[in-house]
Amino acid sequence: MSRSLEPLKLFLTLLVIWLLLNGSVALGTLAVGVVVAGAIAVLFRESLSVLSGHKFTAEALVASLLYVGYFLKELVKANLQMAAIVLSPRLPVEPAIVATRVRLTHPVARLLLANSITLTPGTLSVEMKGDTLYVHWVVAKGTDVETATREIVAGFERYLEKMYD
Amino acid sequence: MAVLEFIGSLVLLAGALFLFLGGLGLYRMPDTYNRIQAGTKATTLGTLLLLLGAALMVPGWAVKLLLIMLFLMYTNPLSSQVLARAAHRAGVPLTAKTKHDALAQDAGDLT
Repeated sequence: MSRSLEPLKLFLTLLVIWLLLNGSVALGTLAVGVVVAGAIAVLFRESLSVLSGHKFTAEALVASLLYVGYFLKELVKANLQMAAIVLSPRLPVEPAIVATRVRLTHPVARLLLANSITLTPGTLSVEMKGDTLYVHWVVAKGTDVETATREIVAGFERYLEKMYD
Repeated sequence: MAVLEFIGSLVLLAGALFLFLGGLGLYRMPDTYNRIQAGTKATTLGTLLLLLGAALMVPGWAVKLLLIMLFLMYTNPLSSQVLARAAHRAGVPLTAKTKHDALAQDAGDLT
């Protein structure tokens, strides 16, 4: 997707949020939304929005849907696992901070990856430097980079790679 | 109508349960980082379920509640990550059970 379409994506994102907040598409509401979203999109055309870098191909849209499904599944799993740990009298934690390698380059894709990792079973993004993402792991299955990357990053990266440039 | 309200109540209850577990996690976990872990996951899912329950009980609010859910999913993990990073930079100790700290080993490279 070419760079020139980025402001349009920002405009549409803002407009849709505005319309959802208002819950109506009356002419006045729509006009205000178009003017304000347009002004923001022009003034902040260099800034990123959620869809910046999204490819908008059929493959990317399918990957987005699969990603949301996978994310929700992981979120529920994360909570059940956390509940099991917290309720266990022994408190079976084996924490470690591990380094993982990230192949994604687009900042929005990386944001989504780091956020997803924080919300999924036992992992918390701590720091990112270059291509290395440091993750705190409540029950570490291994401390080397390969194991950590496979266990933590790969599941989400599979989808995000297809979604973003 | 009554059915939706009943299901909504159950979802609200489930949300409250996860929030309680999150609170328990804050109390039981051994160090800052593990507490953040317990807190983030439970409050995110717990609050999402509360909002979902409210949406089921008052369908007219559903769209706005959905927007709140989206904002929450973007911002909640972000603040946890910033807290964890700040804690590590400030030298907050990890629990003695910690097996490995790749970030401290590489800290020399980080400026």
